[in-house]
Amino acid sequence: MPKQDYSELNPLWGDRGPVIVGFLCNWCSYRAADLAGTSRFGYPATLRDIRIMCTGRFDPTFAIKALRDGADGILIMGCHPGQCHYQEGNYKAMRRVALLRRTLAQLGVHPDRIQLAWASAAEGTTFTQTVMRMTETIAKLGPLQWRDTVSDLAPRTPAPEAEEVSHG
Amino acid sequence: MTEEKVGVYICHCGNNIAGTIDVEAVSEWAATLPHVAVARDYRFMCSSLGQELVEQDIKELGLTRVVVAACSPHMHEPTFRKACERAGLNPYLMEMANIREHASWVHQHDKEAATEKAKALISGAVKRALELSPLEPSRVPIQEATLVVGGGIAGITTALEIADAGHPVYLVEREPSIGGHMAQLDKTFPTLDCSSCILTPKMFDTGNHPNITLLSYSEVEEVSGYVGNFTVRVRKKARKVNTDLCTGCGECWSRCPAKVVDTVYEAGLGYRTAIYRPFPQAVPKYPVIDVENCIYFQKGTCKACEKFCPTGAIDFEQEDEILELEVGNIVLATGYDLFDARRIPQYGYGRLANVFTSLEFERMVNAAGPTGGKVVLRDGVTEPQSVAIIHCVGSRDKNYNPYCSATCCMAALKFGHLVKEKTDAEVYSFYIDVRAAFKDYEEFYNRVLEEGVHFVRGRVAEVTDAARQPGEEGKLIVQVEDTLIGKQRRIPVDMVILMAAMEPRADAEEIAHLFGVGCSAAGFFTERHPKLDPIATMSDGIFIAGACQGPKDIPATVGQGAAAAARVLTLISQGEVEIEPVRAIIDEERCSGCRICNNLCPYGAIDYIEDPGVSRVNPALCKGCGTCVAACPSQVITGQHFTFESIMSQIEGLLYDVSNGHETYAEPAPLETA
Ligand SMILES: Cc1cc2nc3c(=O)[nH]c(=O)nc-3n(C[C@H](O)[C@H](O)[C@H](O)COP(=O)(O)OP(=O)(O)OC[C@H]3O[C@@H](n4cnc5c(N)ncnc54)[C@H](O)[C@@H]3O)c2cc1C
Repeated sequence: MPKQDYSELNPLWGDRGPVIVGFLCNWCSYRAADLAGTSRFGYPATLRDIRIMCTGRFDPTFAIKALRDGADGILIMGCHPGQCHYQEGNYKAMRRVALLRRTLAQLGVHPDRIQLAWASAAEGTTFTQTVMRMTETIAKLGPLQWRDTVSDLAPRTPAPEAEEVSHG
Repeated sequence: MTEEKVGVYICHCGNNIAGTIDVEAVSEWAATLPHVAVARDYRFMCSSLGQELVEQDIKELGLTRVVVAACSPHMHEPTFRKACERAGLNPYLMEMANIREHASWVHQHDKEAATEKAKALISGAVKRALELSPLEPSRVPIQEATLVVGGGIAGITTALEIADAGHPVYLVEREPSIGGHMAQLDKTFPTLDCSSCILTPKMFDTGNHPNITLLSYSEVEEVSGYVGNFTVRVRKKARKVNTDLCTGCGECWSRCPAKVVDTVYEAGLGYRTAIYRPFPQAVPKYPVIDVENCIYFQKGTCKACEKFCPTGAIDFEQEDEILELEVGNIVLATGYDLFDARRIPQYGYGRLANVFTSLEFERMVNAAGPTGGKVVLRDGVTEPQSVAIIHCVGSRDKNYNPYCSATCCMAALKFGHLVKEKTDAEVYSFYIDVRAAFKDYEEFYNRVLEEGVHFVRGRVAEVTDAARQPGEEGKLIVQVEDTLIGKQRRIPVDMVILMAAMEPRADAEEIAHLFGVGCSAAGFFTERHPKLDPIATMSDGIFIAGACQGPKDIPATVGQGAAAAARVLTLISQGEVEIEPVRAIIDEERCSGCRICNNLCPYGAIDYIEDPGVSRVNPALCKGCGTCVAACPSQVITGQHFTFESIMSQIEGLLYDVSNGHETYAEPAPLETA
């Protein structure tokens, strides 16, 4: 597959292309990504992935953190509905992602920047195609530029200094 | 707090990684990351020298965290965890960055981008590693008993191996007898061994083994627990026959007036009675009453079986029994279904009388089958003068199943031989490729060629009874493009045999879900690793064997059955299993007792404790999915090894090059409480 010039799809891309943060479940989609690797299915190097045990672990805060830190899109991938290793974690992800998309849309973030998809451990091609499709979508939308699009709308609260809040 | 020292190790994996990613540059760059004490690249990190490199650095440099950038953690996480452990570092302080499967192998087209991505993944892993906590796996004892589901040749083999080693086995079989498809076959390729002659002794041993509890006519309804400690609920369907009294004499079925087409054992070619034993060698030997076809159960009168039973074993009132079993391991050996040939209407099965499926033909040539082993047309008397055998029916066909069903070519060769042996018919085998891999198979192919079977290369377009030319009247005409001579041919025959594909069981997905294993795109159970771990599944303590994992012949099935037993025996002999300490823990001091998590847990592992009004995780039931962690509105549930901090830091690390710097994540301030 040839190298992509993203500025052809959206002139706002400078020398970098889209950056997508992925949350892949340990049992299905992470293994689908592994299989894409062993099968040498090429796809654009836009996805930076994090392995979580289940998409049920996906906390919408993760997406907001990633978008604030410079990601242009978030891809959450789990097992097919009905095939969750933990029975129903993917259904919970479905609800959380729906809410997240709605919330972010109100802040001016295009909902297509957050995507939820399924791939079983045997579906290396599904995984690859999902990343390619999402890359194209994000490439067309252009860089997110959170600071210009979102932060300026939201009131800036200074981060509390040295206040240790532990999360579980 | 002592200064954290991270060691970063970048594997070349020969050329697998180094051919795409500039490993030296990445290593140099990694050395500059905060807290990184040492960064090295090495040809093969998984080699003993590579592992020693890590161990040495832990000891000499006092590393407190280790990051290995190499292949998938599913490949070598255990390897590097052990290396850390040997050097005295808690293994859960090691993190892998998957720069092979997720970078070098998939971004070969863009080396620069692959290198940049590798940096991002490593940066994320370092950040995450800094947030990891030392953990101790818990150890739990293993229940000695094993559950084997499915009593075909795969399940029989597994059960016998484990039982012979001295451990208890529950063998659950859905049908009234064990044996599976092998019990239906006549001869087996390539040796032409009589199938039931080699199977029956094994069935007998299974039924009489002191360590095997055979639960035939039974099904698993519920599974809970985890490796070493599963609780399984089994429904033992009512046979309506008291097996303590029954002697298997056969008076009952010889008197039963109800005739039912036997779609299971006789593949639809023959009949059975409503009270029946599927076949003479059945194990156990007891019959069952098929309530749906029993005249007494449907109309209220008859009871012929009861009248003639010499031991009073018929029990119309008998109810299903529910059993709860405690087992340490589970082996799934549920086999396959035959592709329903009606789905290809142009081949005429179900419409044209003399089109048969492969299993029907197996029953036909079987001396114990409905025709007494005679090869005859559907009328039961006429011997065919010509027979067509069509390969790849429902396999190697993207309209149905793209995969090769592996056994049908050999079975087709076997059928060619058997038709030749039993009749004077001409035999035409319509093939795409003849696949005769494996020991002695090609030799068998040559033998059948010499016996005069005609091989026609081409996928059959149609089987029809519409005669167009003289000589076609009253025949079935096979229309095919003979691709070796590049011509359309019409070959009139008396009988057609469809080599239907081996398919996943119709309920394979439900069964997969019940046991928490996965299914491939085709629908067969998914193995843990296609090369190195074809027996294990993603669920610890659950193994798969035989045709439920993919189409295969008897030798391969038996091999897997025995391999599954070996895997189970390994676990049993270890006596206890290590359970990954990936669990949720609730900070009870800060839990508000809202109980949102209670209902979210798919395992009911979170209980609400009235006094002091907080929720608590039962570590024995928790499987560590983390859904409660993500949902807790007070954020007081810790998902061990996947903590909030570790993931947030990993995100930060992943985006080290694009993050706009000054916008660090602002934690919400805690509520002021009085
Ligand atoms: C026409 C034909 C001819 C063949 N000829 C040959 C040959 O000559 N030589 C050769 O090597 N191979 C041959 N094969 C292949 C052979 O049939 C298989 O390799 C073998 O039967 C696979 O055994 P198994 O135990 O995996 O599955 P099966 O034989 O299908 O057994 C599975 C068992 O599990 C039971 N079961 C299913 N689901 C459940 C459940 N949920 N709960 C409880 N029990 C369940 C079933 O009732 C069955 O008893 C042939 C196949 C076909 C179609």
